[in-house]
Parts: sequence; C-alpha cells; structure tokens
Amino acid sequence: MSIFVDKNTRLLVQGITGKEGQFHARQCVAYGTNVVAGVTPGKGGEKIDDIPVFNTVGEAVDKTGANCSIIFVPPQYATDAIVEAADSGIEIIVAITEGIPILDMMKVKNYMGNIRSRLVGPNCPGIITPGLCKVGIMPGFIHKPGGPIGVVSRSGTLTYEVVNQLTLQGIGQTTCIGIGGDPIIGTNFIDCLDAFERDPDTKGVVMVGEIGGSTEEEAAEFISKNMKKKVVGFIAGLTAPPGRRMGHAGAIVSGGKGTAQEKIAVMKENGVHICEDLCTLGEFCAEIFKQ
Amino acid sequence: MRIHEYQAKELFRRYNIHIPYGGIAFDPDEARSIARRIDRFPVIIKAQIHAGGRGKGGGVKLAESTDEVYSLTHGLIGTKIITSQTGPGGKLVRKVLIEEKLEIEKELYLGIIADRKTSKILIIASEAGGIDIEDEAVAVPEKIIRVYIDPNIGLQPFHCRKIAFDLKLTSSVWKQFVLMLQNLYRLFTDYDCSLVEINPLVVTAKQSMTALDAKIEIDDNALFRHRSIIEYRDIEEEDPLEVEASRFNLHYIKMDGNVGNMVNGAGLAMATMDIIKLAGATPANFLDVGGGTTIEMVEKGFRLILRDKDVKLVFINIFGGILRCDVLARGIVQAAGKTDLNIPVVIRMDGTNIEEGRRILYGSGFKPIYAADLKDAAQKISELAGTRKGLKR
Repeated sequence: MSIFVDKNTRLLVQGITGKEGQFHARQCVAYGTNVVAGVTPGKGGEKIDDIPVFNTVGEAVDKTGANCSIIFVPPQYATDAIVEAADSGIEIIVAITEGIPILDMMKVKNYMGNIRSRLVGPNCPGIITPGLCKVGIMPGFIHKPGGPIGVVSRSGTLTYEVVNQLTLQGIGQTTCIGIGGDPIIGTNFIDCLDAFERDPDTKGVVMVGEIGGSTEEEAAEFISKNMKKKVVGFIAGLTAPPGRRMGHAGAIVSGGKGTAQEKIAVMKENGVHICEDLCTLGEFCAEIFKQ
Repeated sequence: MRIHEYQAKELFRRYNIHIPYGGIAFDPDEARSIARRIDRFPVIIKAQIHAGGRGKGGGVKLAESTDEVYSLTHGLIGTKIITSQTGPGGKLVRKVLIEEKLEIEKELYLGIIADRKTSKILIIASEAGGIDIEDEAVAVPEKIIRVYIDPNIGLQPFHCRKIAFDLKLTSSVWKQFVLMLQNLYRLFTDYDCSLVEINPLVVTAKQSMTALDAKIEIDDNALFRHRSIIEYRDIEEEDPLEVEASRFNLHYIKMDGNVGNMVNGAGLAMATMDIIKLAGATPANFLDVGGGTTIEMVEKGFRLILRDKDVKLVFINIFGGILRCDVLARGIVQAAGKTDLNIPVVIRMDGTNIEEGRRILYGSGFKPIYAADLKDAAQKISELAGTRKGLKR
C-alpha cells in the first residue's frame, strides 16, 4: 500500500513538449510509471516517444483515462494549468513549477477548496511510491521499495538526503512526498500525516520541515491528537537569519515567527521524535522505528 | 522586493491615497529647496533606508527653518543609521524625504498582507497608530482588527465599513476611509504586494485621512509582470555579492561566519549551514545553486564564495538530483583553475552521476578534501575548525 500514487496511477504530463517536461516524462516512464498522455496546447496529435500529446487536459482525460497530472509549465501559466487539470477531473495534481506569484496561488487554493482534486505543490519534487510509481523529479534509485516508512517534506534535495540515509539503514519507504517550499501550497503536512496514519503498510513517518509559517506547529498538534504511529521530525534553518527569504519563497522568519527553534519546541512537546543533527538522521530513525 | 517610503508614497498618490506634501532629496541643497516649497515650519526629514525603526535610530528629524533643513540633511546623508532592523552595521543614508508636518487628531494602524496560513488577503487595523503591531498583537490582541478577504471575490464595501466602525471613525471621515481602503486594496492586488503598511495612518485636524508613513513589499515571484516596479529596486541597499549572485540566478545570502558553502536546493542549504554550526564553526553564507544549474553557474557560485574575505574554509554539499554530479564537478574544476585557492575545500557529493563526478574531480589538478558522507564532512569541518586560526566560534 501507499498514499496518493500507486500502480493504478495513469499519469498525464502538462508541458510535455518543453525541455524539462520531456526529460522528466521519460524519467518517470523509465522508473515504471504508467505515463498515458501529455498536454501542450497547439501540439495535439504529436507524440513524445509513445506518449500521445493532446491540446487540452479534458481531451487527454477522455481518451486515456488519465487520473493524475504533473505540471512543468512556466510560473506565469502554471495556475491556468492547475485549474485546467482540476476542472477536467484529475484526482492528483502535482505542480513542480517554482516561482508562481503568491496572489495567483491564493486564488487557486481558494478555488480548489470546493473541488475534489488534490493539489500537491507547487515548487515541489513530487511524489514517489518506490518500486511502483514516480510522479516527480526525484532520483528514483535512492529509494527502497516496500516500506514501512512514509516521508513528507517541504524540501527537494533535503528529502533525497533523508531518503538516502533511510535506504542505507535498510529502511524502505511506502511513499515519499514533497509538499513544496512555497508559502501557499495545496496538500499540507496534516493531509499527508493523516493519509499515512490510515495507510496499513506505513508504520512510521519522517517529517522534514523548515523555517517559515506555522504548518509544522499545526502538524505537531495533529500528531499528538490523531496519530498512533511514530513520527520523526527534522527542521532545517536553525542558523537562518530573520527577515531573509532562504531560497524557498516560504522559508522566511518574519516578525520573529516561524523560527526553527520554535517549531522544534512545539514538535517535541507534542511527542514528535526530533532529530537535530541531519548527519545522524538515518541512525536516529533506525533506533526510533526499531520496534 | 522592498521599496523606499518615498517610492511607496508615489504609488499612494497614483491611487488617490493622501500623503503629506513634500519631496525626495539627494543632497542638502535639494532638501532646502523642497522645504522652501513647503514654506511652513517645522518640516520633517526622514532618512530613506530599507529598514524600520528609523525614529528611534535618529533617522527622523524636525527642522524649524530652511537652514536647519540644510544642516540636518547634511548631517544625515552619508552617515549610517542603526535601528532594531538594520543589524549592528547600520545602513548608510543616501537620500531623505522632506515633508510638511501635519496637525494630527488621531493615529491609526492599517496593513494588508498575503496571509499564508489562511490563503486569504488579511487586513489588519488598530486604533493605536504608530505602534509596533507585532508587540501590540501580543500585548492587547483584542485591540487588533482582522478582516480576511477571499482573493477570488475581493474586498467588498462592507469589509471597509466594518473596519471603519470598529476603528470608531467619526461621520466626517469614515466615508473617506472606505474609499481609501478600497484604493489601497486595489494597489495591493494590482502590484502583487505581499505587504502594504501605513503606520501611522492619521486623521488630520482638517479631517483628512492621510498616510504619514508607507511601507510596501512586492512579491519577487510576480516581478515579471511589473516591469515599472523593477525600476524601484535600490541596489545600493543590498549586499554587493548578493546583487551579483542574483544576476546569475543564484540564491546567495551573506552571513557573518567564515565557512563558505555551496549547496543544491534551499532546504539542504539551510540544513548544511546548521551542520556547520553543529561542527563548531559558523556559516559565511547561504548559497543555493538550484536544480537547473549549468557548469557556468556552479563556477560563478564557487568563485562568489571565495570573494568573501571572511571565508576561511569552503564546504560543498551536493545531493545530485536534477543537478548532476558531473556538472557540479566540471564547474568546480573550472572555478578552481581560475582562482588562487589557498583555503581548504571540503566536498561531499552524492546522487545522480556520482561516478562521473568523482572521475572528473580526481582527474583534475584540484585537490579538495573528500568527505564520504555528511557525517564524515561534519567531522572534517570540526577538525579544521579546531586547528585553523580564526575558524572556531
């Protein structure tokens, strides 16, 4: 078992004829993902390898039964792409695009509140259920299929580091999900933690947060109230200066709020097993998840 | 992107939001001629720097005559002002805003922000103007008025009326307030602001709703659709190395330690800074070379770190994903060949194309210290920090 993506995922790639879209569509196929369609307006009828390209998401869904979409379009067109996917009934929408204006994302987020589709991202590496399905840009080979640990993170390469350490300890993953580094994102920590709690094959979760916002604190409260499974937490940015945007649009300590110290304190209070030294995270997880 | 008070007030004027009469001066002569035009004393002189807390830091002065305007401006321009927000180094004043002093009946606080927690546009108001709103929110939370706006429907007149009545505005000004708030909201959305703040917003003795101060921050991600606003960017307010990095699409932030570091990905870059600290040293910077990085960008990034004179040790930490290890290695070798490298460089590399990356590094004349993994890297940094002068915390 897994969350959000599995062997039944039929993936559509929005922006498939662009450089990134094409490259990662092939990488997803190479990993074993069932990529059924691509969409680039004006390029309907073309093919990328064996993948048919359509003009609209609606047409692609009708003809191929796509139920999941990954978005590689530039930031100025990304909200359009997300809403098109949502309006076409796509169940899981993964937006990789970095740099979408915050007011655009706010509108999308408020619109999506009334819609069944799940948005993951933007500004995220995507989702992978190791061995079964990769809907993202992460290097597949560092993952270990079969579980029993779920990983949820606001970051990209930091997640790879964490996953790699788990794999080196012989700890497999059920699903790894990057929720994105932007201030406004679709799926949040709580959505993922809730899904992992319900997934029978996931025995524990590693949660990787960073400075900015308060989603880690909210997640910590959720964990203490609603989760029986163990959660290991890591927060990046203990040394980040206040008031500065640390690469991710969402990673900023503003008005003294959203510091790593504050998050770690709240997570500890709520029973999250905090690992403060990234160098030893793998060993730490092996110890915590031993039983 | 932050803009100056005088620039924010220019935008206010365009949106029919009242501001005090005045102008921007780059030297004492200009300041004096603006004061002559105002022709009513005292006038206010406000240092234009990208930091708040100017009043307490000595960046706001009152002048009783044109001569005093001249001498006070002379004293301000070219000096550094230290406020709670500038850091210990302070900020150099290059220009001052000269304004008429108004007779004030009531001071209010008004702010609009993009609220990440609720995904709504949040209007914050308070009857206590001129205060630090964050302190106020903690001390007397019940005095803070908050109204959340769904960005898809936008600000409605009733939102404005509610705030006006909660602020206990009198019949002579509440209609003015409603109009002003609508204009301000329009400015906020038109220019993709992440913050607009008027502190204080005042009711003058003549019953005019006027913005005494103005603070605007624009969402960097939206600058592509606001070419005119990019001209407001004041590069002199920024760190020169940061400005140069931004030209190459690198996220670089100068810090006060001495272990330079280069990492791919923001999260891993922050975590790497934390590792440096845990190892007993301090990070000299944040540098995310990103995913879609070229050999040239890696080279530029590496050379940028080396130009920081405080840097005594470099730690390169790469987990290859989209950025392949061979690309990274080529960039490093290229940069090393062009610079006179006399400080140790610790490299930890893993992920996509690691073998090819290693082959390139090993085959070059460049001899860094290789770390097998993060733990090994931390160990090596710790050892170097212990032995090299000036590296230890």
